[in-house]
Amino acid sequence: MTQVFAHVPLSTASRPTANALPIYLDNQASTRIDPRVLEAMLPYFTEQFGNPHSTSHPYGRIAAEAIEQARGEIAAVIRADPREIIFTSGATESNNLAIKGAAHFARAHPQRGQRRDHVITLQTEHKCVLESCKSLAEEGFEVTYLPVEPSGLVSLSSLAEALSERTLLVSVMAAHNEIGVIQPLAEIAALCRSRGVLFHTDAAQAVGKIPLDVEAMGIDLLSISSHKVYGPKGIGALYVRRRPRVRLTPLIDGGGQERGLRSGTLPTPLCVGLGRAAAIAGAEMAGEAERLLQLRTRLLKNLTRRFPELRLNGDADRRLPGSVNLSFPGVSAQQLIEAAPSIAISTGSACTSAVIEPSYVLRAMGLSDALANASIRIGLGRFTTAAEVDFAADVLTDAVSRLKGQGSTPT
Amino acid sequence: MSTGIAAGGSMRRRSIGAETYLDWNATTPLRPEAAAAMSAIFAGCGNPSSVHRRGRAARQTIERARETVAAMLGGSVEPSGIIFVSGGTEANHLALLGAGRERTLVSAVEHHSVLDAVANAEVIPVDGGGVVLLDALDRLLARDARPALVSAMLANNETGIIQPVAEIAALARKYGALFHCDAVQAAGKIALDAAGMGADLITLSAHKLGGPPGIGALAVTGQLALTPLFRGGGQERGRRAGTENLPGIAGFAAAAAVAVESLPDYDRIRMLRDTLEAGVAAAASDAVVIGAAVPRLPNTSAIAMPGVAAETQVIAFDLEGVMVSAGAACSAGKVGPSHVLAAMGVDPNLAASTIRVSLGWNSSEADVAHFLEAWTTLYHRRRGYLGGMRAA
Repeated sequence: MTQVFAHVPLSTASRPTANALPIYLDNQASTRIDPRVLEAMLPYFTEQFGNPHSTSHPYGRIAAEAIEQARGEIAAVIRADPREIIFTSGATESNNLAIKGAAHFARAHPQRGQRRDHVITLQTEHKCVLESCKSLAEEGFEVTYLPVEPSGLVSLSSLAEALSERTLLVSVMAAHNEIGVIQPLAEIAALCRSRGVLFHTDAAQAVGKIPLDVEAMGIDLLSISSHKVYGPKGIGALYVRRRPRVRLTPLIDGGGQERGLRSGTLPTPLCVGLGRAAAIAGAEMAGEAERLLQLRTRLLKNLTRRFPELRLNGDADRRLPGSVNLSFPGVSAQQLIEAAPSIAISTGSACTSAVIEPSYVLRAMGLSDALANASIRIGLGRFTTAAEVDFAADVLTDAVSRLKGQGSTPT
Repeated sequence: MSTGIAAGGSMRRRSIGAETYLDWNATTPLRPEAAAAMSAIFAGCGNPSSVHRRGRAARQTIERARETVAAMLGGSVEPSGIIFVSGGTEANHLALLGAGRERTLVSAVEHHSVLDAVANAEVIPVDGGGVVLLDALDRLLARDARPALVSAMLANNETGIIQPVAEIAALARKYGALFHCDAVQAAGKIALDAAGMGADLITLSAHKLGGPPGIGALAVTGQLALTPLFRGGGQERGRRAGTENLPGIAGFAAAAAVAVESLPDYDRIRMLRDTLEAGVAAAASDAVVIGAAVPRLPNTSAIAMPGVAAETQVIAFDLEGVMVSAGAACSAGKVGPSHVLAAMGVDPNLAASTIRVSLGWNSSEADVAHFLEAWTTLYHRRRGYLGGMRAA
């Protein structure tokens, strides 16, 4: 451990105490960096600070080698080739690059005179996917926003109907940030491939948490986030299939880094951090998924025993092990969060949660505004303990009971 | 006792061995103050957009950082004008593409991230000293009335040559054009004053001034609406979506604050650089320092050793433990002449034998001596070799 960072605590203990920060149960918004990840990164901030593109000297070469190792670690967790991994500044950029990049390339290079200018996505996608599609719509592309089943899952038959000769890309989130449901990726990919359509999946929440295999599943483009998988913020990646080759028009051009798809000096420590995070998540996935599933079951059991009317939003089985979205009918989620300051939870995706409005995701699943406004998201993570889950259940029980007594009404 | 960068002084005691790092324009080591600021963030977690207490603390850190980075630009930039992005390349793209002007005019010596941002950019020529030809810019602006953006860097990454940005800005203003200034290499080396520069948009990068890689900023000095490159969660007032790189932002701000305080260090660095150039001139009458006659950054030398390929020099110096570069880091992997030197009309053979030497706050007299020893050794070895060729 390098001395300049010597006072970074590498312990992960977070027990509830009177003045401590709340118990962190918002792991879909961001995760605490794993101490092992931080330790791997730190030397590349200090001793090995070289510019990885300055390969004329050892500082640059050491940095470049570390980046290539990280690229391999990231590829391994989704069973890709390292050459198919493009570093970006995060999943938002990856999603923008995948969607706009594929569309812009298709427009600039029509194949055999065939015009492909149609993109399909779900109404429940992350804002950055919806916004990327919106900007394509402003440029004259056609966008279909498919509704979802009440379970939050895509309807394969409506997807099949929506596909046309003009469709160039389908973008569907692998595991949902707000409700945790896992989409049938292989089935979607098979449909797309049969029609010659590219399939992109925003796997920010899924990578390192559920098994992903871009070959077996037939995924063409896959977005990866680092800070959702116990890595550093400010880095992400996009998987871009090589065979058959997926072509994109870059959003950021310049030095020609990342095979011309993403220019800019690669931030070595962040790349190393994402690589290590991916490797750890991959190695520990099976055991961790089991542990989180047990914790989730324990939490739900505790809460449903006290509140039989509690509603789990989204498919009960096809979901991330650590993620739940719950409605407490008759209780305002906003008031519930304020009434439970000793736990850090949220109503929906972090980037929109500063705005208080019913979740567009829950509404697309058919929830009433009243029920949507009574919903909270809980994200258990690597550092969540059974004691914390029990504590959270007690805190929520107490807060919900108090609010019900006060006659809280969802707004 | 700390063994970190602050106490370590020169690079010499590092793990790689007896080394002299003179490639500071490619990237700099992290300042200890930046490391400390980042440590505090790494110790916690929280998405700045989350409403819970951890999220609110993260939000405060970002807003304070915005103030610090704005202050670096001399007080005329509002903190709300600072947009944090992933680095200089992204900031340049956001400026050129986001401004949405029909015409984009870029100087011929710009970084590739400016040159390549807009497909049909018009190129403003430079003179033999690497300085933008104001007459040519005037003519370019006069001949087409469509809304334009002019982009010129404050200081060049390969030569250190400083552009007369106030005059460029005045011309742009005369024709109602926006002015973007890539200040990535200048920031932290010379004082910046956004008002004096007359720039509507200014690009900054953290890892060139002692901050971490992976973070930079685009400063917007007025009320300019930008179309975002990435859309999503509406962060950075809708101008740049994506979860904020909190440790990066904190490290950037800490480094920026120290960089401003320690600008006087560059008097010493300038003396070291001048010693280095004087040493080269004393050893070889045919050596050429590019841009020696025009204002330059205090830390940068582009030095030609005629007849010896830059790649050969770089490899030879590397073996001696002296780290320099053959040009810009991002294109160092590519073989090809420097577009910067070509635009200045430097003879292609001379350009092909030019290396970049760049110093920083930890550079020492010993570093300069080490470089001069390696440079003169190679020079005499090659002279002897070339002399032998001629004799034969």
